[in-house]
Amino acid sequence: MAIPTTHFVILAALLFAVGAAGVLLRRSGISILLGIEIMLNAANLSLAAFARQHGQLDGQVFVFFVMAVAAAEVVVGLALLVAIFRRIGSIDVDRLNALRW
Amino acid sequence: MVTLVFYLTAAVAFVSAVVAISHRSPVVNVLSLVVTFFCVAVNYALLGASFLAAAQILVYAGAILVLFLFVVMLLNAPEVPPATEPRPFQRWLGTAAAIATALGGTLLFLTWRTALPSAGPGGDAVALGRLLVGPYLFAFELIAVLLLAALVGAYVLVKRKH
Repeated sequence: MAIPTTHFVILAALLFAVGAAGVLLRRSGISILLGIEIMLNAANLSLAAFARQHGQLDGQVFVFFVMAVAAAEVVVGLALLVAIFRRIGSIDVDRLNALRW
Repeated sequence: MVTLVFYLTAAVAFVSAVVAISHRSPVVNVLSLVVTFFCVAVNYALLGASFLAAAQILVYAGAILVLFLFVVMLLNAPEVPPATEPRPFQRWLGTAAAIATALGGTLLFLTWRTALPSAGPGGDAVALGRLLVGPYLFAFELIAVLLLAALVGAYVLVKRKH
């Protein structure tokens, strides 16, 4: 039997909440990026679930695009973290308190 | 059987996601996120999206998390020390906001949902490919440009200045 769409949506909401908690509560830059990845995955999961619900593939195409954008985002984000680490010797986002050097 | 697989992977995905954001060691965070992404890939397969399941493992578990691991090890175990100044209510505010997001989103969906039609076919990689190079061709090409821009941007950001 097929799993109801509702269950996938609830799982996606739970994963999104965990990711949001990671972004809001952690101070390590890497943990914040991980939380963003979890939230993107949760959104992808609900997109795929609704694509099956409506019997159309457009939702899956969007998941594909979100994956590509997430890859680009994480590359730039991690490069920023490396640059920040070289500059201040830490990735604690609380220590980022200057707009310019 | 399918139901059992779904609930098992859902539970494992949730628990490993919690570990991924709550453990202190960055390596453990990244490795438990691999488990989450594999469980999400299983969920894609349950939804009939076999191409997405493969892409999830290739792109997320194969590329993005390897990148995370590289950076974690490049930065030499960048553990963040405990906060210097006390932040009494930010922590609870953040937790409350996250819980409200989950409950609010689910409740909103459950209250406002109309009579959903029965589930259609999941589709396959051939139909997905025809959509990608058909109606979504422009967005598909834009993704290529975006990835190139990200590549160049990452290089410029981490380049050492002489």
